[in-house]
Amino acid sequence: MEAKVRVAAAKAKNRPTGVDYITGIFDEFTELHGDRRFSDDPAIIAGIARIGQHFVTVIAHEKGKSTKEKLARNFGSAHPEGYRKALRQMKQAEKFGRPIITFIDTAGAFCGIGAEERGQGQAIAENLMEMMTLKTPTLAIFIGEGGSGGALAIAVTNEVWMLENAIYSVISPEGCASILWKDAGRAAEAAECLKLTSDDLLALGVIERIIPEEGKDLQTTFSKLKAEIMEFIAAKQKLAISEIVEERYQKFRKIK
Amino acid sequence: MLKDLFKKPQNELELTGSAKAQKQAIVNIPDELCTTCPSCKKTIFSSDLEDNLFVCPHCGKHLRINGRQRLHLVADEKSFEELWGDLESTNLLDFPQYDKKLQAAKWESKEKEGVITGIATIGSYPVAIFVMEPGFMMGSMGTVVGEKITRLFEYAQAQGLPVVGFTASGGARMQEGILSLMQMAKTSGAVKRFSDAGGFYLTVLTDPTTGGVTASFAMEGDIIISEPEALVCFAGPRVIEQTIRQKLPPGLGRAEYLLKNGFIDKIVARKEQKNFLIKMLRTHQQQTKEVQA
Repeated sequence: MEAKVRVAAAKAKNRPTGVDYITGIFDEFTELHGDRRFSDDPAIIAGIARIGQHFVTVIAHEKGKSTKEKLARNFGSAHPEGYRKALRQMKQAEKFGRPIITFIDTAGAFCGIGAEERGQGQAIAENLMEMMTLKTPTLAIFIGEGGSGGALAIAVTNEVWMLENAIYSVISPEGCASILWKDAGRAAEAAECLKLTSDDLLALGVIERIIPEEGKDLQTTFSKLKAEIMEFIAAKQKLAISEIVEERYQKFRKIK
Repeated sequence: MLKDLFKKPQNELELTGSAKAQKQAIVNIPDELCTTCPSCKKTIFSSDLEDNLFVCPHCGKHLRINGRQRLHLVADEKSFEELWGDLESTNLLDFPQYDKKLQAAKWESKEKEGVITGIATIGSYPVAIFVMEPGFMMGSMGTVVGEKITRLFEYAQAQGLPVVGFTASGGARMQEGILSLMQMAKTSGAVKRFSDAGGFYLTVLTDPTTGGVTASFAMEGDIIISEPEALVCFAGPRVIEQTIRQKLPPGLGRAEYLLKNGFIDKIVARKEQKNFLIKMLRTHQQQTKEVQA
């Protein structure tokens, strides 16, 4: 069962997380905190980075490494303030003409009392609207789990790339199986039906590129990604802003 | 007197033709003499219920109604013209049993999809309007729902019309996988363009509005109102309870809770909705004219 294997790989304990990609790919990174509304959500890391001669804004889900850190970061499941922090920094990137690179790795937006009280739905909706018209090139890279609206909330971008073993789905295979068949044990079957692997998503036209995973040799993956991100930025900077925004709209508009 | 009880209602809400057949398919409103309010459990005469716009005369509970009934309540008589009514979902991902579910939904709701889109007048003001159909797979958003909403905003922008939308949805349609998730981005993009062009969008949230619809076009209105006690949330109370294993504060996810927390503008009872819409349409029509002049 191919999909099942990919889901396990995407959720594997030792899989590199957001910070690994940030430190492995970028030459400098300054983390900037807070949504200026309520608090700072540690499930999302955001800040300014340098890649070669380019300054970019980087936003990443972070699940954490140790149990203590995982708890502090809520396992990478953001509250509304996480999405609002991301949006605040994206608007700043737009103001200063910085391209935006996001790294997605989340089981989903957090489902909890505080998240509902502070408008999880409204926060995601606002990001979807605002990201669509950002006047700067944007790129999302799925590095592990891509859980539904919580992933999409920082992935309405010009291009979407996926690590070979990352997944992207409207619902978790367990959730899907328990709703459809009242049996979470049939998750493997649901994973197959949902078409959530990088190959499926490339075929469906949802993503532009698959990043091959070179076994345990992370440095090779990072340096390849670095080169590809720099090529992406250089290519997009040749386009007019209006073309960049139109390209993004059409990318999503064509999916029917 | 006794005879009157058995008489079919002859008021303005009485539905005719094919719409009548739909009414019979709605579980909440059986075509019988009496029904029991799901909230206060008191008996309501069906004729009273129709007179009262399907709001319980005893406790004020707003019962769920289908999309055509909603259109009938707000659009001026015979003003509604349906657009893209022939779009139908297909089983894009070859998802098990989806074909059967679509067929059953069509049969039960007498609609082809989970949203009805078109143009109408409300108090003589022309609008582009969408009404989600809870009877069609709980108004879940698949590619066709997303496409119809997107086309409506694009059309409204081209025609200079305001958009009025009634939401009712269980969220994204699982059977269309990632393609249904993409509809959240697609519809939000269309709303953003419409909004940037100066378009006025008013949302009426109805019971229930959840998941991917809450996290996209339901929460993107310039003015967002809700029916009393409607469930409006990203994650439903049961999902939250299972996730955090804690007792929830009473009223979490209900319209009154959202109002208190600042996420909606107003709660408007069903019988006040048309007047409220007319007032807002009049207000924004004047503004548009002033901007143009």
